Amino acid sequence: MDLYTVNELVKGTICQDCGTSQDFIHAFASDLMSDVLRFNMERTILITGLSTVQTLRTAEMSNIECIIFARGKKVTDEMISLAAENNISLITTPLTLFEVSGRLYGNGIKPIF
Amino acid sequence: MQFGYEIIGGDFSSAGQASSDVKKILKQLNIDPQVVRKIAVAVYEAEVNVVAHAYKGVMQVELDARRIRIVLEDEGPGIEDIGRAMQEGFSTASETVRQMGFGAGMGLPNIKRNTDEMHLSSVPGEGTTLEMIVRF
Repeated sequence: MDLYTVNELVKGTICQDCGTSQDFIHAFASDLMSDVLRFNMERTILITGLSTVQTLRTAEMSNIECIIFARGKKVTDEMISLAAENNISLITTPLTLFEVSGRLYGNGIKPIF
Repeated sequence: MQFGYEIIGGDFSSAGQASSDVKKILKQLNIDPQVVRKIAVAVYEAEVNVVAHAYKGVMQVELDARRIRIVLEDEGPGIEDIGRAMQEGFSTASETVRQMGFGAGMGLPNIKRNTDEMHLSSVPGEGTTLEMIVRF
């Protein structure tokens, strides 16, 4: 699934677009970064309510290429520049983690574990 | 190739900079991306540990064609019971650390899982040394 389809499904706003060649298969929803770091995250979207620089660093280390910030979490300029540097797309959405997960799952995105 | 970084305890805004740098260097060296990810995750967990628990620390990296060896040495409270610290779910992290998405007692087991060798030693009241080796 491409970035723009993902964004439309979650009624989001793209605040960093690295999406031209991205094709996502999996998603992982967590606010616990140590949990994110446990798994192989190729072609995976991270759905989280934790909006910090460490969320970006965690994505960078895990090869995650898209983060969806749920519940209307704000994204700082520092986070956007880290995302740009590491080819990570960022989406914000007012939907909850639960609803974002449901919408993506219902449209064929698979869990990762 | 040898290089090093200083890590400042409590400085969460720059936590991960050293790991990011290490990952970028490894990516340039044509190493299997899965191996790079494992090293990056281990180094990052270790760097976050120093920021979360110690006053300050130093990360030394030795890199050659066959392996990477990373040693983190910190000045801090140390670890009273290493066996317990290695158990998944055990953590002494502060509320601030937990708010950053860490401190669930998964860091050290995560490091062990992603490295070929991990050696942890500590003197309570003085500091902790962590050595990690990953072979390519």
